[in-house]
Amino acid sequence: MGADGLGQRVLRKEDRRFITGKGRYTDDIAVARATHAVFVRSPYAHARIRNIDASEALAMPGVHAVLTGKDFAEDKLGSLICGWMIHSKDGSPMKVGAHPSIAADTVKHVGDQVAVVIADTREQARDAAEKVAVDYEELPAVIDPVKAMDPGAPQIHPEAPNNHIFTWPIGDEAATDAAFKGAAHVVKIDVINNRLIPNAIEPRAALAVYDEAEESYTLYNTTQNPHVARLVLSAFVGVAPEHKLRVVGPDVGGGFGSKIYVYPEETVCLWASKKVGRPVRWTAERTESFLTDAHARDHVTHAEMAFDADHRIIGFKVNTIANIGAYMQIFSSATPTYLYGTLLSGQYDMKNIYCEVTAVYTNTNCVDAYRGAGRPEATYLLERLIEKAAREMGVDRVELRRKNFIKSFPHQTPVIMNYDSGDFDALIEKALELADYKGLPARKEEAKKRGKLRGLGFSTYIEACGLAPSAAVGALGGGVGQWESAEVRVNPTGNVEVLTGSHSHGQGHETVFAQLIADRLGIGVENVQIVHGDTDKVQFGMGTYGSRSGPVGLNAILKALEKVEAKAKKIAAHLMEAAEDDIVIEGGKLKVAGTDKELGFGEVSLAAYTAHNLPQGIEPGLKEGAFYDPINFTFPSGCHVCEVEVDPDTGHTEIVKFTAVDDFGNIMNPMIVEGQVHGGLTQGIGQAMFEGCIYDKETGQLLTGSYMDYCMPRAADVPSYTLGHSTTVCPSNPLGLKGCGEAGAIGSPPSVINAIIDATGSDNIAMPATPERVWRAIHG
Amino acid sequence: MYSFTYHRPKSLSEAKSMLGGAEDGKLLAGGQTLLPTMKQRLAMPSDLVDLGQVAELQGIEVTGDAVVIGAGVRHADVASSAEVRKAIPALADLASHIGDPHVRHRGTLGGSVANNDPAADYPGAVLGLGATVHTDARQIAADDFFKGIFETALEDGEIITKISFPIPAKAAYAKFPNPASRYSLVGAFVAQMKDGSVRVAITGAGANGVFRVAEMEKALAGNFSADAIANVKVSPDDVNGDIHGSPEYRAHLVTVMAKRAVAAAG
Repeated sequence: MGADGLGQRVLRKEDRRFITGKGRYTDDIAVARATHAVFVRSPYAHARIRNIDASEALAMPGVHAVLTGKDFAEDKLGSLICGWMIHSKDGSPMKVGAHPSIAADTVKHVGDQVAVVIADTREQARDAAEKVAVDYEELPAVIDPVKAMDPGAPQIHPEAPNNHIFTWPIGDEAATDAAFKGAAHVVKIDVINNRLIPNAIEPRAALAVYDEAEESYTLYNTTQNPHVARLVLSAFVGVAPEHKLRVVGPDVGGGFGSKIYVYPEETVCLWASKKVGRPVRWTAERTESFLTDAHARDHVTHAEMAFDADHRIIGFKVNTIANIGAYMQIFSSATPTYLYGTLLSGQYDMKNIYCEVTAVYTNTNCVDAYRGAGRPEATYLLERLIEKAAREMGVDRVELRRKNFIKSFPHQTPVIMNYDSGDFDALIEKALELADYKGLPARKEEAKKRGKLRGLGFSTYIEACGLAPSAAVGALGGGVGQWESAEVRVNPTGNVEVLTGSHSHGQGHETVFAQLIADRLGIGVENVQIVHGDTDKVQFGMGTYGSRSGPVGLNAILKALEKVEAKAKKIAAHLMEAAEDDIVIEGGKLKVAGTDKELGFGEVSLAAYTAHNLPQGIEPGLKEGAFYDPINFTFPSGCHVCEVEVDPDTGHTEIVKFTAVDDFGNIMNPMIVEGQVHGGLTQGIGQAMFEGCIYDKETGQLLTGSYMDYCMPRAADVPSYTLGHSTTVCPSNPLGLKGCGEAGAIGSPPSVINAIIDATGSDNIAMPATPERVWRAIHG
Repeated sequence: MYSFTYHRPKSLSEAKSMLGGAEDGKLLAGGQTLLPTMKQRLAMPSDLVDLGQVAELQGIEVTGDAVVIGAGVRHADVASSAEVRKAIPALADLASHIGDPHVRHRGTLGGSVANNDPAADYPGAVLGLGATVHTDARQIAADDFFKGIFETALEDGEIITKISFPIPAKAAYAKFPNPASRYSLVGAFVAQMKDGSVRVAITGAGANGVFRVAEMEKALAGNFSADAIANVKVSPDDVNGDIHGSPEYRAHLVTVMAKRAVAAAG
C-alpha cells in the first residue's frame, strides 16, 4: 500500500479548485444568449387562482414570456412524481395528489410557483414578475399535521380525503400487544422531531439549453443524481425523450438530500427554453431556498416501550404522524416508512415491534429526505425513550443499554432489517473511555462551583446505508433499482479514467475513488481522473444519497477494475510468455511472480491499444464496465456521548465535549471520513440546539425565512470533536464498507438532549433546545 | 434592488445639498441594514448619498471627560481603538461583539444609532452613558434621542456627525445574543458616572426600543453590587416577544444581564 493507497489520509484532489475559486457550479456556466427566469410565487398558504393578468409584465423591456400553469397544462406535461409506493394498513395504495410544476388552479403553500417570467436580464425579469397580477381567492389553510386530519380541516388535494396519504404499518401488532400485557414496566413518551431547512451553501440552480438543430435539450442543474433527473423529466414529466436530454450536475455545493429531487424550477426552465428559443437560467435567491428547498423531519410521535422485571425490552409500540407538506416528492413516502420504521430496533434485541406511520398533507413546503432521512427520527425516539426508561426504572443508563444490546450477528429484527455485523459493547466501551465517563462526577462538582449545571448524554445508533438490493427495494415499493454502475477506462499511455454513476457534491469522490485505483494498480492518484455527473459521459447511475457512494458506488468501480486487471494480466502473460495466474500487479507494473520479468502498466495498456500482439481471442483496448447490485443494506453503528454545561440563569447551553465512536467498516481515507463525521455531528447538533423551521400556525407564513431567524450552528457553537472508531468489517460488500455520510446527523441529536436532561434533571425539553426552552425546563 | 442614483459627497455640506436635491434620498453609512433591505426590494430610495468619504464624520477623540467618536467610524475601529479601550473599555467591548467581522468592518456608529434597531447594541451605550448626539444642526441628549422602535429625534435630512460619550467611573455591557442573528436578545449597559449616579440601559428587550430601568439605577446608586438589583424585575408587559424569546424570558434576562454587567464593571 503506497502513500496514495486505501486507508491513507490523501489530501483532497478537488480542494485546489474549490479553495482557489475555480469550482464550476451551475451558475458559473456561461452560454450565449441566455435569458433569466424569475418565478412569481404565492404569498398565501392556500388560495384559488381566479385569474392571472400578465399584460403589463409582457409589455416591459426585455421580457420574452410570462408562462403560467395553464400553458404548462396545455402542453400536456406531466406531474412531478413520488418514487416509492406505500400501501396503507387496509391494503389501499397511498393517495397522492398532483404536483404540477406551475400551479394552475390552486396554490398549496407560501412560495408555490404560479408563473414564470423570462427576460433578458434577471433584474428585468424581477421587475416584470412584480407586475404579474394574480387574482387569488384565499382559502383556509392547515399547517399543523395533527389538525390536518380533523374532520372539517381544509382539504388540500381532492385525491386525499382528510389530507390523509397513508397509514403504514410495520411489525406484528397482535404479538406486540400481547407482549405489553406481560410487562413489568411500561415507559411512554411523546416527542416531536423538529422540522428543518437544509441550507446547502450553493442555492439550487438550473440552466436549460434547447438545441433546435438537434432537437435536444441540455440541463445543467444542482442535482445529486443527474440520471434519475433525466429519467423523471423524460418518462414522467415528458419534457423531452431520454435520448434527447442531457443532464449535467457539475460542481454542486452541498445537497444533504435536498438536491436529490426533481423540482419545478428546472422542469420549467427546460420547457421554457424551447418555448422562447433561448437558453433559460435560474438561480434561487436565499429566500427561495428557505421557502422551497425540500424541508426535513417533522414527525409527531407517541411511543411506548414494555420491559420485563429484569429490564429487558419486550415490546415497542410507535405511532407517528409525518408531515409531508403540500406535495409528495421522490422520497417523501419512503423516508418516514422504510427508512424509519425499519430502524426502530436500534442496537437493541427486541422481539416485538409495532409501528404505524400516518402521512398527511399540510399547506407547507414539501418535506423529504435530508441527511439521515428517517434514521435520525428513529434514533431520536429510541434513545430518548431508553433514557426515560432508565430514569423511571431507576437503573443505570449504560447498563440498561448494554443489557439489551444485540450480541450476535447476523441478527434479524422484527422490522425487516437483517443486521450483518457490529459490536455494540465495543463501541460503548471505547466511548466511555474517550469521554472519561468515570471523571464525570468530579466534573459535575467542579462545574457546580462555577454555578453551572454539567450533564452527559448518550446515544447509540444503527442505521442502514447503501439502499439495496434492487429486488428488495422493488418488492417494498421502490420505483427504481438501487445498484451503481462504473466504467474503468485505461488510456493507451496508462493513465486511467473512471466513470461513475455516483455524484460528488462535496464528498471527495475524486480523491477516494482515485485511491482505490492507485492502490490496486500501484499508480499515483494524479494518474486517475474521476468523471461523474454528466449523462452524456456516464452510461447510467443512481447518484449519491443515503451514504451510498462508498458501499455501492466504490464497489461498482472495484468490479469494473477487476475486469480490467484480468484482461491486463492476460495481455501481460502473453507478452512475457508466462502463465496468466503467475502475473501480479504491483507498483504500477505487471510482474511474473518469482522472476525479474515485468512490464510497466503503460506498456501493457499501449499493447492493448496497438493490438499488434494480443493473445488469441482478446479484443483490443482496455476498458471495462460493471453494474454492482448489493446483497444487503450496510449497517454503520456507533455510540455518541455529549457533555454540556448549562447556565441555569439563562438556559444557555454549551457543548463542552462531544465524543463519537463509530463503526463504518473499512475506512478508505480517514481524513475524509472525519470530515463527514464533523459535518454530520454539526448538523445533528444544529437540529438539537439551534435549527427549527417555524410556520405561522394560522397564515402559513414562514417565520424562519432568513438567517436572522433560522439559526444555523456556527463553528463557535460546537466543540473540537473527539472521534474514535471500533471496526467490524462489513461482510456484505467486497470492500467491507458501511458508509459514513449521515451517521453524525443520526447519532448526535439524542445525545445532546439526553445531556441537557442529565444536567437539568428535567426531561421536559424539545428540539431545538433553545436557551428559553432549557431555562423553562429548569424553572418550570 | 431597484435602480437609484448614487452620490459620494466629500463634505457634510455637499451631502446635505445632495440629499436635499433628491426626490426620495437616503443616507448610506455602513449599509448593513439599508442594503439588505434594498436587495430584498423592501426599500426603493431614488438616491443614495454615501457618507463614506465625508471627513467631518471620521475620527476618535478622547478629551478629559469624554470619548467623542465620529458618526462614520466603523465598529471594528472602535473595538480596536486603544484610546477607547483605555477610557471606556465597556464601549470597545460592546463594539467588538456587534454582528460578525463583516458587519463590524462596514457598519458605523452613526448608522446604527440613527437606525435605532430595538435589538442593536450601540443604543444601549448611548443611553447607558448618557451620551450626547451631535448633528449638523444641534446636540441631542441621549434621553431625548430614542423615540421608539426605529424612531429617533432626528428630523428629515438631519445628519449625525459625532457622539460624545462621558467617561464613567466604571461601566460594562452584558449581552445575551439572539442565537440566530447575534443581535441582542437582551443587552444591559450599566455605568456608574463620576458623580456617583448610575445609569442602566436595556436594549433588545423593550417593546419601544432601548430603555432605562429607574429602579435599578436607584438601587445601584446606593449599593453598586449585583445583589442590589437581584430582586428588581421589569414587567413582561413592557417587553417584546417573538419566536426567539417570550416577554417573560426576556424580562427575566433583563435582571440577569444587568447583574452580570454590574459584576463585570467591578
